[in-house]
Amino acid sequence: MSEPLLKVRDLTQHFKVSRSFTVKAVNGVSFDIYPGETYGLVGESGSGKTTIGRSIIRLYDPTAGSVQFQGKEISGKLDRATESMLRKDMQMIFQDPMSSLNPRKKVGDIIGEGLDIHHRYSNTAERDAAISEMLEKVGLSTAHAERYPHQFSGGQRQRVGIARALVMNPKLIIADECISALDVSIQAQVVNLMKDIQDSTGCAYLFIAHDLSMVKYISDRIGVLHLGYMVETGTTEEIFANPVHPYTKSLLSAVPLPNPEVEKRRHSVAYDRAKEGVDYAAGTIHQLEGTHTVLATDEEFARWTA
Amino acid sequence: MEMNEKAILQFVDIDISFRTNAGVVHAIRGVNLDLQKGETVAIVGESGSGKSVTVKAAVGLLDGNATVNRGQILYRFKNNDGTEKVVDLLKMSKRELRTTVNGSRIAMVFQDPMTSLDPTMTIGKQIMEGMIIHKRADKAAAYARALELLELVGITDPEKRMKNYPHQLSGGMRQRVVIAIALASDPDILICDEPTTALDVTIQARILELIKDIQARLGLSVIYITHDLGVVAKVADYVNVMYAGKIIEVGNVNEIFYDPKHPYTWGLLAAMPDLETDDDRLASIPGSPPNLLHEPTGDAFAPRNRYALKIDEIADPPMFQVSDTHFAATWLLHPDAPKVEMPAELRERIERSKKEAERYL
Repeated sequence: MSEPLLKVRDLTQHFKVSRSFTVKAVNGVSFDIYPGETYGLVGESGSGKTTIGRSIIRLYDPTAGSVQFQGKEISGKLDRATESMLRKDMQMIFQDPMSSLNPRKKVGDIIGEGLDIHHRYSNTAERDAAISEMLEKVGLSTAHAERYPHQFSGGQRQRVGIARALVMNPKLIIADECISALDVSIQAQVVNLMKDIQDSTGCAYLFIAHDLSMVKYISDRIGVLHLGYMVETGTTEEIFANPVHPYTKSLLSAVPLPNPEVEKRRHSVAYDRAKEGVDYAAGTIHQLEGTHTVLATDEEFARWTA
Repeated sequence: MEMNEKAILQFVDIDISFRTNAGVVHAIRGVNLDLQKGETVAIVGESGSGKSVTVKAAVGLLDGNATVNRGQILYRFKNNDGTEKVVDLLKMSKRELRTTVNGSRIAMVFQDPMTSLDPTMTIGKQIMEGMIIHKRADKAAAYARALELLELVGITDPEKRMKNYPHQLSGGMRQRVVIAIALASDPDILICDEPTTALDVTIQARILELIKDIQARLGLSVIYITHDLGVVAKVADYVNVMYAGKIIEVGNVNEIFYDPKHPYTWGLLAAMPDLETDDDRLASIPGSPPNLLHEPTGDAFAPRNRYALKIDEIADPPMFQVSDTHFAATWLLHPDAPKVEMPAELRERIERSKKEAERYL
């Protein structure tokens, strides 16, 4: 396999709330993203999946650990060249397309802002051409550049968010719950668009979501997070065919399937970490076949794989 | 209008519009819906299709700018003296609804448990409040019943929890409390408006199983409003698919999932990947739902429908009968219509689901 595009090692992100209380949002998470692939992060709310995305793109300063993007360390202090590379080659699509678009700017200017900052054009004609090319690419029309975000529907707004991320021609796009706020029929449109873009530009996605069936559909590899720990990771097939960690099992059993005869007879498997006495901090990464790993102590690993 | 013999709640030709600054929005355009005792009916649809507005009309929670143009919501209940009575909920004043129906006979669970609980009251007080007002229960009896209810909804250590405030509980716990409040005065009908949308999947599964379990024990009739077809498959006996203020397909849950007839239902089912989907592209419905500020002529779904016929642009299709319980409003079911089959990917998926279902039988 080629060199990873993004290498995350023991990423830790703590938030100091007061002198005596620190929220340990992410604890020693490691994973790689290769060029052109989609890596899915799943977990319940509060498991740290959004925090990981935001730490990688440096909306937060990581507490410890290393993040390497295209071979450059980006977790510490950034020099000018690295920062410029990071801001160009890594982009983010946010969950709520209404609150992530500036309501007082025209859509054309929202999309063109990155171009402005990085001086990526020599005259306005070139800038306008780049913007309308982006609009067409995400299924909007050139005339939409003159409108404001509130004049669009939810699905269209998310397309603007995608166009804004794409205009810089990034290598990695962090998609943070970018379809959760949309209706089912619109979700499919946006997911198809994201796949088409990946096929034509070869960008990689870090796809953060809680909807497992969508994550399974779009991702090549998956990481399952719980309480700030990466409890299991592997290719999509490995995770879904052979989930090892009880939390992953519980998560998979809870996905409601559009199949009434099955769904009415199925019961979700409950998982209570405290009751089962699983201590994530004591666990180490255990390798299964291929790239499939699970966080467990030796004793737990023997029990779960038995 | 005579009420259906077995129904406990019956919506008859409901038509509601809203006055807004931009003009009149015709949100509900003739909805018929039956709920029978002890069964679960789901209403599915995209946001803005009018599913919430329909049930809000039944509990008098419509916004001030709403007008009910026509229709009846018939509700059959046992009076305190044991005689059966049928009333039209739309004819009752807000005050009458509050004292006789809301909360005590028809209870509602809302989407977001944080905003439906009072942050300044302990949860114990909030559960007891309804019983003291509706059932005139004394405090000690209400307290005992509240403990019972908390246990019923699966909250451990109920005595301690009674003294907690909503912010001290997790999202799943809060929704359990909301359900306990809804059950406090022994309602006949429970309306759940997206009860698990704000919750995580693992917690969603447990809440759905909890509601199902309670329903079986207490013989409740439940109306679910949701956009998640997976949730529908898990809980519903009957499914109503809503689009642009109309019910466009209705049937029992197996008919809707294994033999859908309306192109919109096909689109909804195909757009949601199941765990086996490995097609290159998801089948999506093009475009977006219509704006009901402008009354659509003909079938409201026609512009997004790749199977649309010429007549779809002229006349709104009536409900065509497929079986005793299955109806769909699409001209494709007319005897003169060209024969159109559901998309191949969906057909395959349904075959696969049926095979999987056999393993459980």
